[in-house]
Amino acid sequence: MKTYLLIMAMLLVSSAVGAIENYRLDKASIDPADTESLRRGATLFVNYCFNCHSAALMRYNRIGKDLGYDEAQLESLFIFTGAKVGDLMEIAMPPDEAKRWFGVVPPDLSVVSRSRGVDWIYTYLRSFYKDDSRPWGVNNAVFKDVAMPHVLWELQGLQAAQFNVLIDEEGVERRVITELELVEPGKLSNEQFDAAVRDLVNYLHYMGEPAKKIRLQLGKWVLLYLALFFAVVWLLKKEYWKDVH
Amino acid sequence: MREWFYLGKEWIESRFPAREFWEDHLVKYYAPKYLNFWYFFGSLAMLVFAIQVITGIFLTMNYKPTAGTAFASVEYIMRDVNWGWLIRYMHSTGASFFFIVIYLHMFRAFLYGSYQKPRELLWLFGVLLFVLLMAEAFMGYLLPWGQMSFWGAQVIISLFGAIPVIGSDLALWIRGDYVVADATLNRFFAFHVIAFPLLLIGLVVFHLIALHRVGSNNPDGIEIKEKKNEQGIPLDGIPFHPYFTLKDMLGAIVFLMIFSAVVFYYPEMGGWFLEKDNFIPADPLKTPEHITPLWYFTPFYAILRAVPDKFLGVMLMGAAIAVLFVVPWLDRSPVRSIRYRGPIYKIALAVFVICFVGLGYLGTVAATPAATIFSRIGTFIYFAFFLLMPIYTRLDKSKPLPDRVTK
Repeated sequence: MKTYLLIMAMLLVSSAVGAIENYRLDKASIDPADTESLRRGATLFVNYCFNCHSAALMRYNRIGKDLGYDEAQLESLFIFTGAKVGDLMEIAMPPDEAKRWFGVVPPDLSVVSRSRGVDWIYTYLRSFYKDDSRPWGVNNAVFKDVAMPHVLWELQGLQAAQFNVLIDEEGVERRVITELELVEPGKLSNEQFDAAVRDLVNYLHYMGEPAKKIRLQLGKWVLLYLALFFAVVWLLKKEYWKDVH
Repeated sequence: MREWFYLGKEWIESRFPAREFWEDHLVKYYAPKYLNFWYFFGSLAMLVFAIQVITGIFLTMNYKPTAGTAFASVEYIMRDVNWGWLIRYMHSTGASFFFIVIYLHMFRAFLYGSYQKPRELLWLFGVLLFVLLMAEAFMGYLLPWGQMSFWGAQVIISLFGAIPVIGSDLALWIRGDYVVADATLNRFFAFHVIAFPLLLIGLVVFHLIALHRVGSNNPDGIEIKEKKNEQGIPLDGIPFHPYFTLKDMLGAIVFLMIFSAVVFYYPEMGGWFLEKDNFIPADPLKTPEHITPLWYFTPFYAILRAVPDKFLGVMLMGAAIAVLFVVPWLDRSPVRSIRYRGPIYKIALAVFVICFVGLGYLGTVAATPAATIFSRIGTFIYFAFFLLMPIYTRLDKSKPLPDRVTK
């Protein structure tokens, strides 16, 4: 009974938190067939995300197999530790320490594209803005008060948020972000940065389900086989049923 | 060579009734010749069951039923096991298709009065199969150990806690821990892969034996056994094999095409078959924003939530399933098939279907005041359909039955 009450209480709280209006999501428009984009995304991933986030359900050599890298290339481009190419993509950061540094353990990203969706990640990574009240000096328009620093800062630069103050039905004042504006340019232009994030999201999408490519390729052959099988059985059935009516 | 073959056949037949079985259940089992679309779903249910058992066996070879390893082992199957992704998607898609097929199979019984005398026991076995299937699906859904697996199980098991006096001890006994945990996962695995499949197979056999004793119903709802020729064969009956084995095979192929389209192109089915939140490993400290059971439970979940009191809600949800058991005795219509029933039953059934689908939808959305009111109306209609059945089926004006089955 107590557990149930606790769950219900947590449900109420979490649904109240969830009621904050969502920031609009941009379309990621990724192209999973674009191997070059996937390769660039993989490089971004290991260089910018992979220090804190593991991808512990994925193996290095799966990237090699699917994106066309041999073992030597894998070792020089992707493996910065003593890991073997057949190892899972784990990180060295101990979870306890991570929790002390960030407040939460950075989640594993192996299947994040499947739980969050590509549009969410694409928008999230481009929606950090300057907020001095936060420990890392940034906040996020999609994920309010996120514990993650703006890792792609040197590429994007820094944005500032413009707010609209609304009074909701219960008379509570609420600040809604209307626009993010670049105030400090980074190494990349806006377009270049969007393209880089698109590559990264494309890679995350691939990593969420490496078998997706073959799944889509195989589908039509299975359906074609079944269609032919149907035709044969249909003729056979017709032959037998001739004498029924 | 031929001689040896016949000797061998005789040797077996004198020791094992293979031929009698073959004849009783296939070549000399006579089914009505005009069976329509709705009669595919019985054999399709067997097909899906076979798919689930076979893919399940292969999944079991690589799945690891502990809280620490379950989630990763499913992704191991998806990535590192040869064709593991196909086996897993077939199993997860199969679960939803099992319910689609069973719901249509049950709807057929309401269309053509297939539960009426002498098929009451056949229907009872069927409803029991439905209940077991729900338990099987519920426990299977815990195994991937994602957020929805965990929290869905947490909420549903805690429902047992609503039972007065023994409730919280009962919930504790089911979980084997104070919350859903490793012990729960381990025992659900045992139930899901051994206990319930065995019960299901046993009951399917009973269901079929009962069917073959009373014979298949038909869209006219008349007894083909009443008109027989000199050899005692029903005039409107044709041997199940080869006629219906071939016809059902066509149905099976069409079914497999739809099934494959989902497996290969839409395995998540927009979150209906594989929920987004279930790609996050179970976290007992983090409740998802919105906990819903999978779509096939949502009509009953909506009934549960329609009642403000938790215990009464649980009772009503149980009653919504239990009432199915007495349907053969609620229906007082002199005819079976909707073809010969009057307008009242037709309207009642149509309203019931709309309300059942509506409840299914309401079970997926947040319990806003408006949703709760609609759920209450839906719940009322759901029970009215069954409980008023003795009255409206008797009032209904039925049409005269034909002598022989019609197209």
